[in-house]
Amino acid sequence: MINIEEVFETTNMISHDNLDVRTVTMGISLFDCISTDLDTTCENIRQKLLRCAGKLASTADAIAREFGVPIINKRISITPISLIGASCCHTPEDYVKICITLDRTAKELGVNFLGGFSAIVSKGITPSDRLLMESLPEALAVTDNVCASVNVGSTKNGINMDAVKLMGEIIKKTAYRTRDNDCMGCAKLVVLCNAPDDNPFMAGAFLGVTQPDVVINVGVSGPGVVKTAIEKCKGKSFQVLCDTIKKTAFKITRVGQMVAQEAAKRLGVQFGIIDLSLAPTPAIGDSVADIIEGMGIEKCGAPGTTAALALLNDQVKKGGVMASSYVGGLSGAFIPVSEDAGMIAAAECGALTIEKLEAMTCVCSVGLDMIAIPGKTSAATISGIIADEAAIGMVNQKTTAVRILPVEGKDVGDSIELGGLLGRAPVMPVSRYGCEEFISRGGSIPAPIHSFKN
Amino acid sequence: MDKTVITVVGKDTTGIIARISTFVFEHNANILDISQTIRMGIFNMMMIVDTKAIDIPYDEFIDRLKGMSSEIGVDIRCQKEKIFDMMHRI
Repeated sequence: MINIEEVFETTNMISHDNLDVRTVTMGISLFDCISTDLDTTCENIRQKLLRCAGKLASTADAIAREFGVPIINKRISITPISLIGASCCHTPEDYVKICITLDRTAKELGVNFLGGFSAIVSKGITPSDRLLMESLPEALAVTDNVCASVNVGSTKNGINMDAVKLMGEIIKKTAYRTRDNDCMGCAKLVVLCNAPDDNPFMAGAFLGVTQPDVVINVGVSGPGVVKTAIEKCKGKSFQVLCDTIKKTAFKITRVGQMVAQEAAKRLGVQFGIIDLSLAPTPAIGDSVADIIEGMGIEKCGAPGTTAALALLNDQVKKGGVMASSYVGGLSGAFIPVSEDAGMIAAAECGALTIEKLEAMTCVCSVGLDMIAIPGKTSAATISGIIADEAAIGMVNQKTTAVRILPVEGKDVGDSIELGGLLGRAPVMPVSRYGCEEFISRGGSIPAPIHSFKN
Repeated sequence: MDKTVITVVGKDTTGIIARISTFVFEHNANILDISQTIRMGIFNMMMIVDTKAIDIPYDEFIDRLKGMSSEIGVDIRCQKEKIFDMMHRI
């Protein structure tokens, strides 16, 4: 039987170190909602979401209560909407209407976010994809709980530079359209390369075409638990450090596995994957930057940061894989600047720059995430940043992403308050040299040689 | 068997275990294991109970137990045993 030491280790993780299950995300396929009439499609979508996810929030709350572990978010991911609206949407406004339906239904269901207002355009943009992309500034301004993503590249397909160019412009327009709300629209929009089909985390969650009709994917968290664990191995060798992180990641992931199994069983749907991610929150003690600093780096962003993050990411995966039969999604450490108190402090004191963050994205699970930049930054420069991240993802066969906020009317030294889990973002400097000519070439960057494995 | 782990953390006072045991007994839950320790002056207690035959709904059982927190002046938690098994046993 379980002993008192083990019991209090677990309860301390929950009560002192912010251990939680970050999200229980129900993936729902919307292929059976397609029709040639816009109103019918919207109603079909609404009915399917209500039917499948009606008990999602209450079930997650009941699990949290019985097992005494907080489940922070209840979310939904759906089939990329550019596939669902292809035959009924003829203008960007039609897509805005679908987005409003999704938003209302998500609120009715009591879920925090719904992801999948998305287009996958790594090889080319269909007319439907283009309409959805053009609808984004308005769609994200008039809704609250819908997240959007556009996948612009992959290792197999290369990088669609036309889409990269367009997304630079769309991000600028979205920031302008939501300028009175600290450009919140951009916080709900991510541009990806090698986007996974089963990601439970926002803003990049969608349910890919490879997935079942309804599925439960769970994202675990726990930077605070890892930080507390590594504090106990101060001055010890890398071997001890790695072992400590691995064991802690195992324990965190087991909780996620248990919640996922319970949720899938109670909701009568298939269990998909556990996403082994260390997702920080703005709460003190729940920071990935604090873990890096706990390893002996004076300030996150200092030399050694990339190596520390690589070590952390790898050990989290090694411990987590042992704890769950099915892992997927993004799996690794997240480095969203605004959502991590340690990252905010490091950015404010100049230790952490966009260029260093870019290097860090080579070894962790996502990309340049939740970074505020001056509003005067040009669309071409934003496209250049997206292209750089996509290139890292494409060449290294990993997911990369850009969720960047060009804050209208603000400059370096200012900051924005997004509130809640999205936190606070100091405006970070961007290179003053341009890339307009490169971005305007048109076409795509071919897939790298090592993608030809057949 | 339906095992629940009750944990109590707080300032040591008389009658903590007595009051929780009485509540558990009154609602027909069976105590399977109990251990306590004082760490840095703080009282830590763990009690594993079988709640299969309790005479009130499980939600009410945990609510009323947690409700005793303010009465006794300690922090009381109630969690199904599976979370501990999953975390500490392969």
